[in-house]
Amino acid sequence: MIVGKSMTRVDAPDKVTGRAKFTEDLLKQGALVAKVLHSNVAHAIVRSIDTTEAEKVPGVLKVFTCFDVPDIPFATAGHPWAIEESHRDVADRHLLNRHVRYYGDDVAAVVAENEIACDRALRLIKVDYEVLPFVLDAQEAMKDGAPLVHEGFPNNICGHSEIHLGNVAEAIKEDGLTKIEGWYETPAVQHSHIEPPISYAYEEAGKIVVVSSTQIPQITRRVCAIALGLPWGKVRIIKPYIGGGFGNKQDALYEPLNAWLSQQMGGRTVLLSISREETFTSTRVRHGIRYHLCSWVRQDGSFAARTFQCWSNQGAYGSHSHGVTAKGMGAFPQFYPCPNVDCEAWTVYTNRATSGAMRGYGIPQVTFAMEAHTDDICQQMGFDPLEFRKKNTMPVGYVDAFSKNENYFDSIRQCLDKGAEAIDFKRKQKEYAEQSGDIRRGVGCAAFWYNTAVWPISLESSSCRMLVNQDGSVQMQLGETEIGQGADTAFSQMAAEAIGVPFEDIHVVSAQDTDVTPYGSGSYASRQTYVAGFAIRKTADILRERILNYAHEILRFPVALLDIVDGKIIRSSDRRELMTLGELATQALYSLEHSVQFSAESTAQIKSNAYSFGCTFAEVEVDIPLCKVKVLNMINVHDCGSLINPQLAEAQVHGGMSMALGYGVTEKCLFDEKTGRMLNNNLLDYKLGTSMDHPDKMQAFFVENPEPTSVFGTKSLGEPPANSGAPAIRNAVLQATGVAINENPLNPHELFRAFSEAKLFDE
Amino acid sequence: MFDIKALYEAFSVEEATRLLLEHPEARVMAGGSDNLIKIREGKLANREFVSIYMIDELREIKLEEDGTLRIGSLCSFTQVASDPLVLKLVPTLAKAVSLVGGPQVRNIGTIGGNTCNGITSADSGATLVAYDAEVELHGAEGLRRLPLRDFYKGVGKVDLRPGEIQVAIRIPRSSYEGYVGEYIKYAMREAMDIATLSCSVNLRLSEDKKTVEDLRIAYGVAAPVPTRALAAEAAGRGQPLDQNFIPKVLAHITEGLSPRESWRASQAFRLHLIKATAKRALETVLQRSGVSQG
Repeated sequence: MIVGKSMTRVDAPDKVTGRAKFTEDLLKQGALVAKVLHSNVAHAIVRSIDTTEAEKVPGVLKVFTCFDVPDIPFATAGHPWAIEESHRDVADRHLLNRHVRYYGDDVAAVVAENEIACDRALRLIKVDYEVLPFVLDAQEAMKDGAPLVHEGFPNNICGHSEIHLGNVAEAIKEDGLTKIEGWYETPAVQHSHIEPPISYAYEEAGKIVVVSSTQIPQITRRVCAIALGLPWGKVRIIKPYIGGGFGNKQDALYEPLNAWLSQQMGGRTVLLSISREETFTSTRVRHGIRYHLCSWVRQDGSFAARTFQCWSNQGAYGSHSHGVTAKGMGAFPQFYPCPNVDCEAWTVYTNRATSGAMRGYGIPQVTFAMEAHTDDICQQMGFDPLEFRKKNTMPVGYVDAFSKNENYFDSIRQCLDKGAEAIDFKRKQKEYAEQSGDIRRGVGCAAFWYNTAVWPISLESSSCRMLVNQDGSVQMQLGETEIGQGADTAFSQMAAEAIGVPFEDIHVVSAQDTDVTPYGSGSYASRQTYVAGFAIRKTADILRERILNYAHEILRFPVALLDIVDGKIIRSSDRRELMTLGELATQALYSLEHSVQFSAESTAQIKSNAYSFGCTFAEVEVDIPLCKVKVLNMINVHDCGSLINPQLAEAQVHGGMSMALGYGVTEKCLFDEKTGRMLNNNLLDYKLGTSMDHPDKMQAFFVENPEPTSVFGTKSLGEPPANSGAPAIRNAVLQATGVAINENPLNPHELFRAFSEAKLFDE
Repeated sequence: MFDIKALYEAFSVEEATRLLLEHPEARVMAGGSDNLIKIREGKLANREFVSIYMIDELREIKLEEDGTLRIGSLCSFTQVASDPLVLKLVPTLAKAVSLVGGPQVRNIGTIGGNTCNGITSADSGATLVAYDAEVELHGAEGLRRLPLRDFYKGVGKVDLRPGEIQVAIRIPRSSYEGYVGEYIKYAMREAMDIATLSCSVNLRLSEDKKTVEDLRIAYGVAAPVPTRALAAEAAGRGQPLDQNFIPKVLAHITEGLSPRESWRASQAFRLHLIKATAKRALETVLQRSGVSQG
């Protein structure tokens, strides 16, 4: 067995020796450099732009403005193309924008011989704005008379949906119910991947080529083609190794502008490297969402009725919009099923940074609100948080009517039990129950709902190509992308297993080139291991059949008695090794009678989805006078099906826990109320945790229930680890101090506000 | 790629002074950890610099005959934090500079640069003020010395005349002998951060440990420059060491201080921290002095 083992990452040697090529490593000398001028107002119409002084800077070749770009609005979200027009993302931006909708919008671009000339020119461009009033808050933006961010979207509403089950109005008339109500607020945060977005573009063979750090080469090709008004085949995207994405690079960010700038320069190579500051202000952030939750709870701890409302801050442009908000809303009635539920969600344009996809896609937000609310119920009604969750969460056999997802196992309860035991929850809960003094400890937990891939909301399709070398090793190409998560290694393990060759004999082609690589939608929605698994299995089956048919020609035994095991053709009846795959491949290729190169290619469409559940337990120490929470111990438990590579799975969980820790305690994008500017658009002021800020103990545990709908028993693990950490920490602080904090992160500012209000400081 | 107009390299203190007088627009570049950020931001783009980084004579830490500890201005934070004399005589300074940024910044950043940038949040600032340190400056007319407290002139402003560079920081024996100190850097992260507020305390007890002979408390980010809490010090100085000592000091702790209101932290929060950090630092110092208090 190769699947299920902690094989060494296939990219490890190149990455640890610095040999692996990232976008900038591939850039040849002599490239031109481009930089973008961003607006310094939050909402305005550009009246005119004076580039005279900027063009005089030595080394500057050309300055382009929002008056020069094609009048083609386009959408940027990394979704598969929808044949049906009504399902497409809103095309609401241009390459450079005359209607400026946030502080940091793109209004002009300089192309120069070097970066310094670009910077000097940017400082000399004069933009004349007709300044408009702006709005930063989602609920404010919905009010009549609020500034309108986009034409055609009254009250700035860009998405609205509802879910209604049973009859809430009737259900709450039942005697003996307690109503628990809460408002919860989650902030905009930024992905903070190590490699900021970077691309370079040039023309070759009548095409525009863009080499880019993207999660979604195929989709980026489509977006570039649409934005530039080109046939799709005239655009070629090459994706080398990338330094993380976490969903920010699940958008076409600056590739379309980069391609257009190269076109304007006669096809010369133009580099467009986005700074960290620009990454914060002008790429994407996670949606900040405000929730209002009500539960009517019986004295036995069961729910009679629940209501859910949320307002999601989309920011200036569509990107991934209501899909994120709606996914979170969809989780609410499923995770704690209740017969009477009313849900309503709005996604609202504002003049803030554009929100897009970020690890968890709406679930970290809703999990914070929902699981904070769960502990609020327990605290106010005297229930045990662990037992209350186990009583109310989704039962075995539950089937979601829309996705047809089925809760085959009792995953949530199993994960909760495993986590509680690992952290010694019940003992610590008692130990920390009655505390006084400046420094107090607490334990808390939170569980989450997730699924795998995007079916049935969107297409799930994945293609794979395999080509056998003369030595029996196999090149494999997939449209699905390695973005640092270890996908290439998991794919290689599955391919080795499916074909019957040693792991070392799979040569996965890591880079995607849309001229060469078969279609795959890319890295998002925690989909790749699940969906690529089908394509790998299907392609391997075709390849095996071809190999064994040829082996039959040479070896005379019927195909039914032949098998490929560990790179050898065997007679399965007595497991005798007949020849190696290499010997067969060589004979087949060079045969003077019947020359064949073994290859196979196929597309697998996936019409299933899979629940993926888990939870976090956190133990904290709160320093009340100093307003600090220190996470001492953090445990995640996941049921992501059978593990393909346990060590990589553990690493994936650690990374997600780290992001959840930041979401819970330190990270938040701040916007200036007076100007709309993002105040902390750098890694000093945006408090991404350092290694010193992480707990000594961060552990990942798994409950391995093999997923019945997957050919490898697997399901999502990419995003789930980031989902439940923040509310677990919040609930641990609640246990330690008795103070319910309904806004993350629980940073010193928030704790000072909350502890002052709760009168915890002895003055 | 950094937009630097010119960089003049000085190899001696005299040469640095000469170059600065020859190029009056030039700024001093020591480790560069502040300048490079400003160049990148465009605030110091296309400017001239005089680099003093090669002047090795400014990297010495030694004890002068009268017991004054003399720290060359080009000493890196790493060097100061691990120097045996610093660790023995002024350990609070070692702790303070070990909390600057991260290891890379501590390797390149200098204690002279940290005081010459005139920033109230500088980690060495509050502690050096709490040690009553003085600075030694070299200019066209030779050397002059002044208390660090007087060297600070305002936000980002220090008392450096044209052609002058800071060559050393001096801490007199009377400032450290017999004192026990503590530095609290209050920041939003455990590393790679700038203080939201910092508090440095130096306390000297009588031999019988019953009386507070001297007390110095200095803050960073509680005023435009690192500032002593003089009223609180006076309230504690000469007082018997009993359970009322800390409350007496805290009663006056914010007098004379004026923390700013900004998006990085509210004034109310900083005022709260002035008190909370002083309390914590005093408790730690008393514990370290072997006194169980109250």
